[in-house]
Amino acid sequence: MTSGGPLAPSKGNAARAAVALPGWLWFPAALAFALIALPVVGLLLKADWPRIPELLLSSASVDALLLSLETAAVATTLCILLGGPLAVVLARGRLRGLRFLRSVVLLPLVLPPVVGGLALLYLLGRTGLVGKGIDLAFGVTIPFTTASVIIAQTFVALPFLVVSLEGAIRTAGERYEAIAATLGASPALAFRRVTVPLILPGLVSGSILAFARAMGEFGATITFAGSLQGVTQTLPLLVYQQREEDVDAAVTTSLLLVVVSVVVIAVARPRTVQGVA
Amino acid sequence: MIKRVMATAAAAGLALTLAACGSSSTSGAAPTSGASAPRTLTVLAASSLTGTFTALKSQFETDNPGVTVKFSFGASSDLAQQIVNGSPADLFAAASDATMKTVTDASLATSSPTIFATNVLQIATVPGNPKGIASFADLAKPGLKVVVCAPAVPCGAAATKIEKATGVTLKPVSQEPDVKSTLSKVTTGNADAGLVYVTDVMAAKGTVQGVTFPESSQAVTNYPIAVLKNATQADLAAKFEALVTGELGQKTLSAAGFGAKK
Repeated sequence: MTSGGPLAPSKGNAARAAVALPGWLWFPAALAFALIALPVVGLLLKADWPRIPELLLSSASVDALLLSLETAAVATTLCILLGGPLAVVLARGRLRGLRFLRSVVLLPLVLPPVVGGLALLYLLGRTGLVGKGIDLAFGVTIPFTTASVIIAQTFVALPFLVVSLEGAIRTAGERYEAIAATLGASPALAFRRVTVPLILPGLVSGSILAFARAMGEFGATITFAGSLQGVTQTLPLLVYQQREEDVDAAVTTSLLLVVVSVVVIAVARPRTVQGVA
Repeated sequence: MIKRVMATAAAAGLALTLAACGSSSTSGAAPTSGASAPRTLTVLAASSLTGTFTALKSQFETDNPGVTVKFSFGASSDLAQQIVNGSPADLFAAASDATMKTVTDASLATSSPTIFATNVLQIATVPGNPKGIASFADLAKPGLKVVVCAPAVPCGAAATKIEKATGVTLKPVSQEPDVKSTLSKVTTGNADAGLVYVTDVMAAKGTVQGVTFPESSQAVTNYPIAVLKNATQADLAAKFEALVTGELGQKTLSAAGFGAKK
């Protein structure tokens, strides 16, 4: 950082001219991109194009798409409302055992999603630790409901938001809040007027990651929520089921998932980030 | 720094070489004990055969010294896809005629498949059957949480067939992608009942209770087996098939709840 600090970033062009990329970097970078992009090209080639309208307009596909968008949106919102404050605490809180807490937050990344789903069942299922009480008190069972899909997605997506947001908060530092405090701002005011705008890009990219993870979530959902059209059958679950009898249909539905995710990410990303910078 | 990296790389290379020597020396020692060089038979089998086929493996390896049997258990449809996509395997045992057909349609089986076992559905309830489920029709009672397999998979197709035959329409809370997943919803106590195979209830060893219903005979699932065209160990594959269809194989299968071959 030679000029300005995060509030006044140097214009991209100047920075780019000053730091040229070493030539060798292009090779592994291209390889990495190919590893991600080429399998998707494989999907495109395998797709049964003439049947696409019929397959995409089937009631199962439409239901799954709507359910996926709805649950992923709610899960992302929950990630922001719950994970945002958690990231702030992890980055700035003065607590013993913070390092331990941080590693616990990462657990959903390490756990196979199916195990995550089982863990949720043992907690919130009808015979689970908390679920049993809820069942007895309210007569409500959480598994097999749309709410259980959202819980599963939030579980697996939370670390993505927390980790990227925590990183952003650490990078931003506490200087500006300190200055705001000397100017008489209360902690709440400084948080709202200084911290939040500073970390907004990190929050946006974290939310996009969380949304993408929620859209693609499969293992925890099938274990915890089951699969029923219109209630718990999200796009990945539909793909998994379709591939049993009709691989072409599964490929087409996967493409739908790819397209929707790319569109959502492309639309959300530049606008919000540019709006801040 | 570069020196240190080089040293590490050299050490790793040395370790690899040593490992390679180690494996070649052990494989070199085997022929002295057996008649022929060590061979590996690769069997792809439906996951419902996990228990029985694993039990037959030790017998097969005793009968055929120097032979190791390697299994890949999974959903029959997945295995069929793997075979079509060139997965190296010698023998395929499927849990439905339809999945075997994927393989025979692609001309990847050496001969027409043999049916070596059958399976029927049973109702799995939580132990003690607190909801008092006694018949297939009971599953349609309101307020009951029932899970079934999705119609696309064999256990779900069988359930649909029975629904049609009996005129009883189920309102499941979930249509699971495979039978183990259906069973686990019952074993974890989250569903009251599930439609699974008799063999699954037996393999669950008391974590669920089985309720037999006469209409299950309306949907009998066949288990076909076939030696694959691209088999590198076709003779061993044929031998294993003979073991499965033979006396010991049939006894093992029947003990696990399977119906006899046709």
